[in-house]
Amino acid sequence: MALLLLPFNLVRLFFQSISLAFGQIWTNKARSVLTTTGIVIGVASVVGVVAGLTGLEKLVLDEIETFGANRIDAWPARPETGPDKRVPWAKIRFKPEQVEGMLEYCPSLEVVGRSTGTSATVAKGSHKIEEVDVVGIDPAWHKIEKRAVTLGRPFSLIDIQEGKQVCLVPPDVRDRLFLDRDCVGDSILVGDRTYTIVGVVEPPLDFKVINVGRRDSAQVLVPFTTIYQRDKWLGVEALAKSPEAAAEAKAEITFFLRQRRGIQPGQPDNFQVETVQRVLEQFKGMSLAVTAVASGIVAISLVVGGVGIMNIMLVSVSERTREIGLRKALGARPSAIMFQFLIEAVMLCLVGGAAGLAMGQLITMGMANIPNFPLGKAQIPAWAVVLSFSFSSAVGLFFGLFPAVKAARLDPIEALRHE
Amino acid sequence: MIRLQHVTKVYKVGVERIHALSGLDLAIERGEYVAVMGASGSGKSTLMNIMGCLDRPTSGTYGLDGQLTNAMTGGELARVRNERIGFVFQSFELMPRMSALKNAELPLIYSRHGWRERHRRARQALERVGLADRMTHRPNQLSGGQKQRVAIARALINNPSILLADEPTGNLDTKTSAEILALFDAIHRDGQTIVMVTHEADVACHAKRILRMSDGKIFSDLPVEKDEVYHIGARLADGCEDLEASLASTCKGERPTEAD
Repeated sequence: MALLLLPFNLVRLFFQSISLAFGQIWTNKARSVLTTTGIVIGVASVVGVVAGLTGLEKLVLDEIETFGANRIDAWPARPETGPDKRVPWAKIRFKPEQVEGMLEYCPSLEVVGRSTGTSATVAKGSHKIEEVDVVGIDPAWHKIEKRAVTLGRPFSLIDIQEGKQVCLVPPDVRDRLFLDRDCVGDSILVGDRTYTIVGVVEPPLDFKVINVGRRDSAQVLVPFTTIYQRDKWLGVEALAKSPEAAAEAKAEITFFLRQRRGIQPGQPDNFQVETVQRVLEQFKGMSLAVTAVASGIVAISLVVGGVGIMNIMLVSVSERTREIGLRKALGARPSAIMFQFLIEAVMLCLVGGAAGLAMGQLITMGMANIPNFPLGKAQIPAWAVVLSFSFSSAVGLFFGLFPAVKAARLDPIEALRHE
Repeated sequence: MIRLQHVTKVYKVGVERIHALSGLDLAIERGEYVAVMGASGSGKSTLMNIMGCLDRPTSGTYGLDGQLTNAMTGGELARVRNERIGFVFQSFELMPRMSALKNAELPLIYSRHGWRERHRRARQALERVGLADRMTHRPNQLSGGQKQRVAIARALINNPSILLADEPTGNLDTKTSAEILALFDAIHRDGQTIVMVTHEADVACHAKRILRMSDGKIFSDLPVEKDEVYHIGARLADGCEDLEASLASTCKGERPTEAD
């Protein structure tokens, strides 16, 4: 019977200890608040950091989703080692014949496009925009960049093949040049040449984190062949057939480009192929580093908080020596006394943890509401809530153990004589 | 019921060894009311601590209710204290932030009783000591006598084999002392074994048997009628309460004030 009742007794002792502990915390309100400050700050900071990183990760994932998780970019780059380390840029630029036929040789690719660019002043009558990015594109660009033509038509094959003086403008350029809403057929001056507008293209997607060669300057799109000049910039943009195929596609492109560019085995690449997945991995690496640093700081603040808890528990034990003596005289086992003080320390820490969580939530809400700050999606993940409570309890257990053992070991006779 | 045989207790203070008890033999039967008297340092507190299972003898044996306590573990001793011993202290030792009821049920927290049962028994115990109307009061809302009544209710709640009272009237005025002693008498009449430490003769004369201690030994163990307190207190039959005034003046050599 006694054995059967044992779990109930433990549960009862547990709840009694909890109510006792809350009574004690409530009685010493000011002291409890001061004592738990360390824990509160520790938990609040870890929760804040985690919430921020979660928001950032969500943003990155969303942007990658929008950007296209299957997106691949290739561009010339000096190798980090080897004789080509300081080679002139002009020598390693992609040449049209080097990228010709990439789609046929890379089965994991869905679509490939070339791009080139220059900067020029765009004008219509007296209205001018300085330093406009003039981007030369292939028809595949619309699909790769996810920017459709909303008005008019995209470049035709003839436009590309013959290098016609036609262009596409985004709405902001149209408006800044004070053109009609329907500006198809209008002529504008790009540099010193006249171009005919054949359509209006969607504005660039607004990304906060991903920034692959993007600038805030205005943009005018023209056929690739129209502005491409030998030994100038040529980039390759592509989409893999699926996000999963991106790594495979990258390998194919690398193999293809090495062959076409005549790179001997053992020589480093003089170009770079980047998948969006890589951006995600880089971000995750960075996020991990931030988490590690934050964890270190948090660990320190939790230890400091824990020492505070230990100190106050020692004070509590010596203040309540008579009470401990009495409880022992009335039949409390040492384990019951230990339990009581341990629970009190844990409760103190949990209260601190809850307060820290609340503070962390405030910080998170504050972060999320800073205008133009990329943490609009910051939120505390469930695991962080669980983690902060379990960490608080662990701190309470660890730092409460010594005072609790001290209380449990008190000699009841001495304790009752204590003034 | 209580059997102490050749009990010694030696404290080491530095290199010195202090014999608090030196070879003490004592037997107390069920239903006895014993007063332990002696100067401070005579060993009466040590004796109480050993009888209360708060301390273990250095040598000798202590049997309670036919069970030897020597071989018991700390946990078992705690259980003995919880279930078979009731303590009443000079300074009451109540929990300041708990109501009388909560204070009285404190020992039951450490034994196997549900809260309904605790509540019922604490209520009963408080009624028994005459505090039915003070159950929700906190110690600071109670008078000294009432506090000691709560403490007695607490000591009685588990129906202990012995009630150990250490100077129970030491912090009380004469009138309240008399009330508390009357309560002890009543409890004793109900069959409760009581052992009480005191150095006041008028308190001791409520007991039926008087032990006098000196240097860790019992040098006098007499029924109250044969002990000198009885002669000082003149005729004492059942109740000291009738003779409260005369007794107090005889024992203490002073007269209680009229206002008391």
